[in-house]
Amino acid sequence: MSPAPLLSVKGLRVGFSTEGGLLQAVDDVSFEVRPGEVVAIVGESGSGKSVTAQTIMGLTRSKNARIEGTAEFEGMDLIEASDAELRRLRGDRVAMVFQDPMTSFNPVYRLGAQIGEAIRAHRDGVSKSEARARAVELFEAVGIPNAEGRVDDYPHEFSGGMRQRAMIAMALALEPDLLIADEPTTALDVTIQAQILELLRELNRKRNLATILITHDLGVVAEIADRVLVMYAGRVVEQGTLDQIFFDPQHPYTWGLLGSLTRLDKPRPVRLPQISGAPPSLLALPEGCSFRPRCPHEFGPCIDLPPLQARLRDEPGHCDRCWLSPEAKKEKRQVAGQIGLEAPTP
Amino acid sequence: MSAEPLLEVTDLVKHFPIKRGILVDRVVDQVRAVDGISFSVAPGQTLGLVGESGSGKSTACRAILNLIKPTSGSVRFEGEEIAGLGRRQMRPLRRQMQMIFQDPYASLNPRKRIGQIVGDPLRRQGVASGGELKRRVQELLDRVGLAPEHYNRFPHEFSGGQRQRIGIARALALQPKLVIADEPVSALDVSIQAQIVNLLDDLQDEFGLTYVFVAHDIGVVRHISDRIAVMHDGKIVEEGTADQVCEHPTDAYTKKLLAAVPIADPRESRARREGATSAG
Amino acid sequence: MARFVIRRLAGMIAVLFAVSVIVFVIFNVVPNTNPAQLLAGKNSTPVLVKSIEEEWGFDNSLPEQYLTMMKKIFTGELTSYKPRISVDEQIIERIPATFSLSIGAAIIWLFFGLLLGYLSALRAGGWLDRFLTGFAIAGISIPVFLIAPVLLYFLTYKLEIFPNAQYVPLTENPSEWLSHLILPWVTLAILSIGFYSRVLRSNMLDVMNEDYVRTARAKGLSERRVMSRHVLRNSLVPIVTLFGLDFGATIAGTAIITEYLYSLNGIGLYAIEAVQKFELPPVMGVTIYGAFFVVFVNALVDIAYAYLDPRVRLGESGAS
Repeated sequence: MSPAPLLSVKGLRVGFSTEGGLLQAVDDVSFEVRPGEVVAIVGESGSGKSVTAQTIMGLTRSKNARIEGTAEFEGMDLIEASDAELRRLRGDRVAMVFQDPMTSFNPVYRLGAQIGEAIRAHRDGVSKSEARARAVELFEAVGIPNAEGRVDDYPHEFSGGMRQRAMIAMALALEPDLLIADEPTTALDVTIQAQILELLRELNRKRNLATILITHDLGVVAEIADRVLVMYAGRVVEQGTLDQIFFDPQHPYTWGLLGSLTRLDKPRPVRLPQISGAPPSLLALPEGCSFRPRCPHEFGPCIDLPPLQARLRDEPGHCDRCWLSPEAKKEKRQVAGQIGLEAPTP
Repeated sequence: MSAEPLLEVTDLVKHFPIKRGILVDRVVDQVRAVDGISFSVAPGQTLGLVGESGSGKSTACRAILNLIKPTSGSVRFEGEEIAGLGRRQMRPLRRQMQMIFQDPYASLNPRKRIGQIVGDPLRRQGVASGGELKRRVQELLDRVGLAPEHYNRFPHEFSGGQRQRIGIARALALQPKLVIADEPVSALDVSIQAQIVNLLDDLQDEFGLTYVFVAHDIGVVRHISDRIAVMHDGKIVEEGTADQVCEHPTDAYTKKLLAAVPIADPRESRARREGATSAG
Repeated sequence: MARFVIRRLAGMIAVLFAVSVIVFVIFNVVPNTNPAQLLAGKNSTPVLVKSIEEEWGFDNSLPEQYLTMMKKIFTGELTSYKPRISVDEQIIERIPATFSLSIGAAIIWLFFGLLLGYLSALRAGGWLDRFLTGFAIAGISIPVFLIAPVLLYFLTYKLEIFPNAQYVPLTENPSEWLSHLILPWVTLAILSIGFYSRVLRSNMLDVMNEDYVRTARAKGLSERRVMSRHVLRNSLVPIVTLFGLDFGATIAGTAIITEYLYSLNGIGLYAIEAVQKFELPPVMGVTIYGAFFVVFVNALVDIAYAYLDPRVRLGESGAS
């Protein structure tokens, strides 16, 4: 029924050796992305969401990094692939958009030239003027007004929102199949954010572009994602469809995240529900479930790490890492503050 | 709003001149960062100042606290005019008005211990010294959710949320009446944001603080504020109670701003999108 | 652009004025420098001194003397006291030696400094980097007056590879010009090679962490292209400022010691002689010449800077 996955990540682990010991930034992450689908990876700083994305692109390779697992993309394992093979893929089949459009363009080159550089790196025989003409088309496609006149501007001559559009234009230059967007709207004002999300949605629809969206903002996730991975301290604690995560969340950390959101469409609570404490250091993870020290529902079994598995009979794709039974979860959620109680509309 | 306002801002203007010239610079234009704003805050209340980048909200804070000299207009604190007061005249007033900053790391001296950072205002104003100083600082640390043994640590040993707690402790050291918080939670992780917002709420109740809370995140502002002023291009385009502004906005810009805020509810955002496409 | 040039010119005049006044005042407050006494010689009579004072205008007020001197400099009439030789002509005559030394050394230090810095940054932490670091630190810490005698002793007297001393004009004999200058060039360049390689290395390591370098990699550019087009290019911007300051200073006087050690008859040597004889006019002439080149080279640097970093170009109209 569903098309074959474009990208299939299995058991991804990324560790960095540091002065303080081995830092396990990503631990056992598996997911799939299908054409036209938006998979959101949600988490706070240090959750491993960005490292996951950058590892898929081969951007975390270094002497100090230990990378295990597989990431299959069109029959090629991106973890095993040589640097040269990866380089051919990057910017061509798989493209990336970064958080801060202010610093993600080289300030000394014209925007059109930077886009042209990406095109010419992958297509032999494309002349500079052809690449520039293509950049103009791309500017138009992402809604930059007066594309012809602005393609030769420098990055600092663009506003933040326009710069992020230019970034997306560059990512689209070679019509990739997979777009990895790392906090693409975090540095932008909300009105601009809304425009960029709209643009990403449109690209998904029109070009059947598969997207991995890295974000900390569940509001953004609700606007655009099809499926969601919630990461905490390097591990996926819950994954499922958008509605499953929002309306039937299984992990107490997900409840905490959903609960601490301010909602303009709801009466405001007297106190903002909060998760106490702070995320653990990746160099000193607690034994068992890493959320245990902050979890109000901790009980005996939590001292062992729960596996990521489907615990609801009728939702095979909805997995979580929590020892509580689905019934207990339902009950505790009710007490915890009315999170995810509304059932999805049929 | 029966009580006399603690802070009353009238027609506050801050323009930055653009200078150009061949040998001698002349003022050729003005950047109207703050272009005539007026509002007042009653004691114990919170005014939220919302706006996008470049709206002038940060400049407004600085002009209110007289950290930069306002171009014109009046700022009254407990009925007393403070706009344009000199550094020395401001000194006794500084105790009463404190500021909390966005980046807790940049605003803490990395070479000083937490005890010194929080105790500095107390020592400089001659409020306490010696053992009394240490006792009061530890009390403050405890009050903002840090441990007394943090007294001798350095800022880099703390997480972002803890650093913001240190910033808050420092601001509260002199028991101010007014606290101006400039984007105090926007650099923090979501789960930590709620902690800090709740802490500010509790401290307000406990010490009867008055807040001017500046942020771009209208959800957070609405949660903590009694009244909200929306800034755009240096002007206040709408002001009212928090629920009024968020639920029944009248100004076009406010409406646009509110409509752009993502709703963390897939059903709602889907409905809104379909509404938008069918309407457009 | 016109506005920029006019501003720079105004700044240049101000600097020249300030520097010349300072030098003039110093010479007039330092005791034992009555030029009339110097001219009259050891066995002079007060009458002779008096008449010399009147002839040369030493009895006028200091501002008057200053103005006359400045007027003479720019009309080319300024002469040294003894012998009465035109200062301007002397300077112009010696410019080729100083320029040959400075420009050649600058090319060498820029080339090797950047090359070594680039290699060091590419192999940061490796053995090549460590070796080059040691080399750079040695280069920075060995003083010129030690390098020159050592080079001269081994390469000129012992092995007789290079000829000793003197400047041979390029127009006279290019190969002699070259062989006479190689040792002075190396001597003058060694410190800067070490220094520039360290600066470039640290700039490059900073730039490698920039977001736009990650973007360049994510575009699928080859590592060589990422390094040259993005990392190296952006790391060079601060080097230009440094080079401007150093090159200006070298032409204006840093080369003095090297000229002296190798007996190159350049402006530095001229200045040393003048100071030893308490001759104000040549010192003033050399000062104006030096200050002019420092300011001039820095103006060129600013223009180059605007070319290298487009953000500077907009500085004029940018409101924020």
